[in-house]
Amino acid sequence: MKTLAELNAIREKMKNQINNRESVTSSDIRVVVGMATCGIAAGAKPVFAAFNEEVAKRNLTNVKVTQAGCLGMCKLEPMVEVYVPGKEKVTYIKVTAEAAKQIISDHIVNGNPVLKYVIGNE
Amino acid sequence: MRELSLNILDIAQNSISAQAKNITILVRASGGELTITIEDDGKGMSEEFLSKVMDPFTTTRTTRKVGMGLPLFKEAAESSGGSMKITSELGVGTVVTASFQIDHIDRMPLGDLAGTMTILIMAKPEIDFVLEYAVEDRSYKFDTKEIKSILDGVPIESSEIITYLEGLINDNITQVNGGAVI
Repeated sequence: MKTLAELNAIREKMKNQINNRESVTSSDIRVVVGMATCGIAAGAKPVFAAFNEEVAKRNLTNVKVTQAGCLGMCKLEPMVEVYVPGKEKVTYIKVTAEAAKQIISDHIVNGNPVLKYVIGNE
Repeated sequence: MRELSLNILDIAQNSISAQAKNITILVRASGGELTITIEDDGKGMSEEFLSKVMDPFTTTRTTRKVGMGLPLFKEAAESSGGSMKITSELGVGTVVTASFQIDHIDRMPLGDLAGTMTILIMAKPEIDFVLEYAVEDRSYKFDTKEIKSILDGVPIESSEIITYLEGLINDNITQVNGGAVI
């Protein structure tokens, strides 16, 4: 059973780390997950969680995962937009938690968008 | 929506859009009834907007003229022998309350409430979120104000903290449930 006492230890550990993760800078890669009613109903919650988990696991400090409202095409939700500085935005549709992990490894880490989830390729 | 926690997430997103500074989520299971309340101190709604807020063609979203969040929550409540009500005052805030018959066959499970809380915290870490969870006479209160005071400037939305908080809330909910699944 977790207690609040453990939080003190985590805080001390984190204070000793150089942490610049709070602010979004222009060199950051942004992953935006649509989290309006349509997105949530289609499964955006586990997708958002999977992106965060994968980013934390790989310690990708230059990747920011954020939430947005409706991205405009409800029937294609869960939708995810990936903004890599200097590159064109990539919009993914019908994303699953598994797809999220693949997007992180193939697109974010290795620079190759996962075409089968890119809008227009469905 | 497959679980009530997703409805809670969805309704609380409205509170975030309404620029709330405090959002309180109350979940209480008692005497065969489950009550869920989402309360905020956001900008509130005018009487005119409130009167048509249950209409799916009323929405604050800008991409489409359809808003399904509240109607879906109402449907979830009414299909399990309960009801939903909403009160709001401009400049004061909004309270959404829904009740459900716990053992009704069409009641959706509560689902991943801890995940809903952490996603809300990540959406707007500066908002203070409270979760009060009670089953009969056992209860648990989670308050980000308390967490933030312990954190002393370490961002609450950091992944290490979020992982810890999800575990903390889950552990406490399991304890309050006392073996039951709600």
